[in-house]
Amino acid sequence: MSIARDTWFMTVRQARNLMREPIWIVLLLVQPMVWLLLYGQLFHNVTRLGGFGTGSYITFLAPAVVVMNAFFGATWSGMSMINDLDHKVIERFLATPASRIALVLSQIVRSALTAAIQAIIILLVSLALGVHIHTGALGWLVIILAAILVNSAFAGISQAIALLTRREATMIAVANFIGLPLLFLSTTMIAKTQMPGWMQMAAKFNPVDWGVRVARAVVLPGTDWSVVGWHLLLLFGLSVLTAAWATRTFRAYQRSL
Amino acid sequence: MEAIAVQELRKHYGEVRALDGVSFNVSEGEVFGLLGPNGAGKSTTVRVLVTLTHADAGTASVAGHDVRREPNAVRRAIGYVPQDSGVDQFATGRENLMLQGRVQGMSGRGLRQRTNELLGLVGIADASDRVVKTYSGGMRRRLDIALGLVHRPRVLFLDEPTTGLDPEARVGMWAEVSRLAEAEGLTILLTTHYLEEADQLADRLAIVSQGKIVVEGTPAELKANLMGDAVQVELSNGQIEEAKRVLAATGARPETVLGERTLVARVSDGGAALPGILGALDAAGIGVATVAVSRPSLDDVYLHFTGRDFTSEDRGE
Repeated sequence: MSIARDTWFMTVRQARNLMREPIWIVLLLVQPMVWLLLYGQLFHNVTRLGGFGTGSYITFLAPAVVVMNAFFGATWSGMSMINDLDHKVIERFLATPASRIALVLSQIVRSALTAAIQAIIILLVSLALGVHIHTGALGWLVIILAAILVNSAFAGISQAIALLTRREATMIAVANFIGLPLLFLSTTMIAKTQMPGWMQMAAKFNPVDWGVRVARAVVLPGTDWSVVGWHLLLLFGLSVLTAAWATRTFRAYQRSL
Repeated sequence: MEAIAVQELRKHYGEVRALDGVSFNVSEGEVFGLLGPNGAGKSTTVRVLVTLTHADAGTASVAGHDVRREPNAVRRAIGYVPQDSGVDQFATGRENLMLQGRVQGMSGRGLRQRTNELLGLVGIADASDRVVKTYSGGMRRRLDIALGLVHRPRVLFLDEPTTGLDPEARVGMWAEVSRLAEAEGLTILLTTHYLEEADQLADRLAIVSQGKIVVEGTPAELKANLMGDAVQVELSNGQIEEAKRVLAATGARPETVLGERTLVARVSDGGAALPGILGALDAAGIGVATVAVSRPSLDDVYLHFTGRDFTSEDRGE
């Protein structure tokens, strides 16, 4: 009970700080817009290769960009924890009865909420670019949920790394190390049938690709809801696991004090 | 009842022995000072008492609760003002206070009233809706103290409350702490490496050196223990051993040698003893460069009980 309450208080604190400088939400959107507007135009003929399920590359790309953005955002989410650790904000709360789990969970929740807000903005831009979400309002919800779950799954990892290393430089290295490989080992930019066999295999185990499949399935016609449900469940399970790992590393951090 | 009871605390950080058997008691309503140079073990002691870290051995209780067995009861009973602030710089003073109150279980009107009261009490009401990043050092420290007080704790821990403040702000902070201690009926444990600060604020104090408590008492008791005034003689050509003999012959008690040329001796009345001391040194052919008489200060207390000069030890020399 106090975990939920304190998580809420701590999330509000971070969300309010973020809102105080909303420029960050906008800056973080520059990259997905580049993918959507420039990359999407540049490769608009790629659908001729076949296997895309649509003739409009932007329709194919837009839901994946939402998920990709949520993923990239998550890899940086530990920075905020490092900032709080550096400024001893966490220590101050540790001398109060505040729930320890809430201190970690709130970081993940804040990160996931940011991803959800960005998902809505990217979807609105996509709509303006003529993307049609086949399953309508339900589709919107599913895409946002996919963004939230992909984000929280990786935010848990990012928090754990932040708590283990407590150094910004390491965080940046890790974010760069896992960012592009996981992006290229997914169907974000290209149809599965156009990928080399080994990459198709690797994509099966890539949580980013799970999210992309879910988001794309509700945009394109012929939605297979069992694929959607199954991958959302996988992402949820992974989020629980990584959040648990982050809480464990928090206890290790406490022991180091 | 004892507000704080500490017995034989020991703690290692790797090879470093941070606490080497620290014991002391603080009664309810008392302002107790832990005085010592940087790295003496004051902050570590406080961090054990506020449940941030565990000691390797020994026991401690705060407000009647064991820090190890009932940490949450301790956390509700205490306010902690850490050495490095810990405020959220991107939030306003008011937001920081409200959140601190909330995690301490306060809510609604009671919390809003208490927040307003404290903002006024520590004198930052005008800045309460500004982001903390824009505060001066002194304002931040005031907010830190308000954060420690929001839930009306019984025991307040102030870890180096005036470090980093300019002398004027420091004196202002002393007045503030004394006033708050009185207004809120608090027990305060204060750590400091400023001798004047301990002298000003503490009802009782303990000198900490190398993880141990060297001596404990009221500032007046500790000074009285030295029995008399200090005469400090700087010799022009360093005949320390000879000078010691000469001084002892005049009835003074040579005590410590500072550096290579300065001798500190104890006498019952410095002003009266000085002519005799100078005459004797002159007669023995020992040149005197400077001479000073002082009433005992906590500096002297520190020197007396540890055999080390406070200032140079604090700088890590």
